[in-house]
Amino acid sequence: MIAYHHILETLRRITGCSHLELRTFRDNVRLEVPREYLYPVLQHLKEGFGFDMLIDITAVDYLYYPDARRRFGVIYCLLNTSTGQRLVVKTYLDEPDLHLPSVFPLWKAADWLEREVYDMFGIVFDGHPDLRRILLPESFADYPLRKDYPLRGRGERHNFPTLSRAES
Amino acid sequence: MALGLPENVFIANLDKLANWVRANSLWPMPFATACCGIELMAVGASRYDIARFGAEVMRFSPRQCDLMIVAGRIVMKMLPVLQRIWLQMPEPKWCISMGACACSGGVFDTYAVVQGIDRFIPVDLYIPGCPPRPEQLIQAVLDLQEQIKKTGTLTGREFQRRTQLQTPHLRPAAPTDLIVAPGDYSTATLRWPADDKYPVHPSRRLPLLQDN
Repeated sequence: MIAYHHILETLRRITGCSHLELRTFRDNVRLEVPREYLYPVLQHLKEGFGFDMLIDITAVDYLYYPDARRRFGVIYCLLNTSTGQRLVVKTYLDEPDLHLPSVFPLWKAADWLEREVYDMFGIVFDGHPDLRRILLPESFADYPLRKDYPLRGRGERHNFPTLSRAES
Repeated sequence: MALGLPENVFIANLDKLANWVRANSLWPMPFATACCGIELMAVGASRYDIARFGAEVMRFSPRQCDLMIVAGRIVMKMLPVLQRIWLQMPEPKWCISMGACACSGGVFDTYAVVQGIDRFIPVDLYIPGCPPRPEQLIQAVLDLQEQIKKTGTLTGREFQRRTQLQTPHLRPAAPTDLIVAPGDYSTATLRWPADDKYPVHPSRRLPLLQDN
């Protein structure tokens, strides 16, 4: 088991980024990374510290959130399968530049996870081999887990032809 | 005619015979997508036994069925499948919308769930409930039998308004117009051309739709 502050200091030294932050909340250790350093940090976490399993990628829309400074947060949950150590890596994005590097070269599990984040939030992962919608139909025009997507109303689910009794 | 009967009397009796045959031998197509499907299975099983009413032959090929029972919520991705299966069923055919979700979307008022299948395919009977009791489905089958006995004809004259063959691949599954989203969802989302009130932000356009 590697101490988290040791991971933080090593990453700060290797990437040269002083804005890495380590926070804990209820035994949940988070590493906040500026987006430019996301890929080098994740690469070193995998190759240097043995975080060989990508548990999940998800995103949060902080629109209308009281104390938020950035709109989107993207969250990577990592696991070291030999020590059982877990780490949550978090980065922030703002419109209109919603691009992140794909971590598919590091973990193959990122394939569908990044597609899901793209499907629901419209965050584009550069370098993903096949970035298209995974759950919603291709014809869907918006990203429904964004906070400005309307909760009620007819929406895209009504853009279908109607079959009448005379026609079918 | 040989007996000197008027033509209409002759036809009417055969209609009655055809209706009697059709009504007592409905072959359901179980389009079960959710918990209503469990109730549908219960109706087919021994305790409720829909075989007593001649509708026990559940077939999973739409070409062998004449009664579609839509049991469960229908989402956007499933609706083109539902329409295709409905078109593949031979006439005469009927449709029962079973349960709150199929009738109105139920509690699932979200971006992906269709709010009532009757907006997109014809429905003959609605069953309320979440899920409905098996007795309600049996009652619906009985009501449908009454309906068939009253309105059906031997030659299918009730379906004569059909003029041309229409298959799903002739119809676009996705709209080719621009979809305005998010916008005013209270009426509709198809607005073309986009005006000042409903501008389409470039980032909201799909590449597929931009080409059209």
